[in-house]
Amino acid sequence: MFEEVLFKNRRPDRPATLDEYRQSGGYEALIEAVKQRTPDEVRQLVTDSGLRGRGGAGFPTGRKWGFIPADAGFPRYVVPNTDEMEPGTFKDRVLVNIDPHLVIEGIILSGYAVRAQTGFFFIRPSYELDAQLIEREVEVARQAGFLGNNILGSEFSFELVVHRSAGRYICGEATAQVNAIQGNRAHPMKDRHMASDGLWHRPTIVNNAETLACVPHILRQGAEWFKGLARTKTGAGTKLYCVSGKVNQPGCYELPIGTPLREIIEGSAGGMMPGSELKAVMPGGASTAYMPAKYYDVEMDFDPLKAVGHRLGTAAIMVFDQNTCLVAATLNLMEYFARESCGYCTPCREGLPYIRDLLWRIEAGEGREEFIPMLQQMARHMDSSYCAFAPGAAESVLGLLKYFLDEIREHISQKKCPFAEAYRPHRKLWYPAE
Amino acid sequence: MQAEIAVAEHPREQAINIMYAVQGHYGYLPDEGLLEAAELLDLTPLELEELATFYDFIYRRPVGKYVIHVCDGVVCWMFHENSVFEYLCQKLGVCAGEISADGLFTVLPTACIGFCDHAPAMLVNGRLYGPLTPLLIDEILEKLKTEYCDLVVCK
Repeated sequence: MFEEVLFKNRRPDRPATLDEYRQSGGYEALIEAVKQRTPDEVRQLVTDSGLRGRGGAGFPTGRKWGFIPADAGFPRYVVPNTDEMEPGTFKDRVLVNIDPHLVIEGIILSGYAVRAQTGFFFIRPSYELDAQLIEREVEVARQAGFLGNNILGSEFSFELVVHRSAGRYICGEATAQVNAIQGNRAHPMKDRHMASDGLWHRPTIVNNAETLACVPHILRQGAEWFKGLARTKTGAGTKLYCVSGKVNQPGCYELPIGTPLREIIEGSAGGMMPGSELKAVMPGGASTAYMPAKYYDVEMDFDPLKAVGHRLGTAAIMVFDQNTCLVAATLNLMEYFARESCGYCTPCREGLPYIRDLLWRIEAGEGREEFIPMLQQMARHMDSSYCAFAPGAAESVLGLLKYFLDEIREHISQKKCPFAEAYRPHRKLWYPAE
Repeated sequence: MQAEIAVAEHPREQAINIMYAVQGHYGYLPDEGLLEAAELLDLTPLELEELATFYDFIYRRPVGKYVIHVCDGVVCWMFHENSVFEYLCQKLGVCAGEISADGLFTVLPTACIGFCDHAPAMLVNGRLYGPLTPLLIDEILEKLKTEYCDLVVCK
């Protein structure tokens, strides 16, 4: 039986306290690191463990840390990222509420590994309660001597500040986040290398909270142990899978990375809702393409998904059933992305509303066959935008065109949404008088 | 507020916190509040306006005591296709962004709030609610109207 790692201190009703975290071995990794390991040794261990970023891109964490040049100046910063605005994703909220000190220890260790002085815990406004929890627990950690000057009598000093956002999707992107913290409009900065030219032009490392929560475990139990947790050869560690949509038990589940989609949905998530059949999933948030039911047995890890032309993203599995119209779902996503676009570059600012309008007309029964090549072309144009936002937004459109072209054509030939009947139960709930 | 700015390494870093604080005082971020905040932060009013209008949770127009952010993410959408939003607007007799007659409520759509395991969901002044049904919404509104509710987020 698989034992949970990040969720091992999970309690039904409240977060684990500092004492409970320490009883489970918490802060041992930090104590050992500041007393016996050099920052380079910590970084090497994380590199050897094969840990890849859990925020969506899957970049090897140790390598990212290594990008800070050896002669880079001080101060240096780390930015733990809990913006988590990718639709369908809620793992960091769950994680922080289960074991806040695991995340805090991970942050301090990342700070140690890159010789940083300050961490900015970036958190979205919807998670205000979690921001308050983190602030409280940061204070508890400080009282216990794990934060502040000369941590545990060592040379290492580190402060952690909670930085509240005011809510915009693009702030989750590392370079935009740096702008946001500085009090600038959160535009991405593609040409800036965060490792040498980040916050206030200082070396800066942005990591997802789940990524950082793996670090204390890697240090305590070793790189080989961490690799061994995975179900795939190329993977490492466990993964927090957020399952939502038409399943019986939506929720956030920790499983070995590479667990097949079928096991996640039928096991942890309790199978499909009564009357629902699996039509497609988005495997990793709204910026990943629909994956039709034929991929039910794919291993949910970075490389196996890449091999079949999909992306793990944030591993937020959104499950669509046979009664859900994917043209309308894609329209919903385009409304979202068109609104959240920061407007900085033209393809994204103009292209996404263009796609949205085409989808809107198809959904309203005004679609024409020539809209299909227009959608194709505009979705591909998104690659010429400045940052990864628009190509991510285009993924759902490309997935729709690739796997559900028949559904689009049905809308066009019937001059209406063929799912109107299937929606009736929903409308009955909200408008019983109709 | 001045104290908060003083402890920050760079004053500008406090821009959002200061806007939240001003918003807590006035109930929203009015022009005079924006000017005041810009001066404290040593920014031009335009620089701060650029931020204020960028974010979802800074309100440049008056809002009700409770701001109901209805999640319009795709997971919530699959369960109601916008009905939660319509239901709330109908119930409160408002359009998006307006204040209900009793001055208590404003309804706004918002990006996925990360409560997808309880879809469909909404966020009211920092508290998450879901899975929503018409009955549950009625109960929540009634409770907000009649009982003292601790505000998590200063609006």
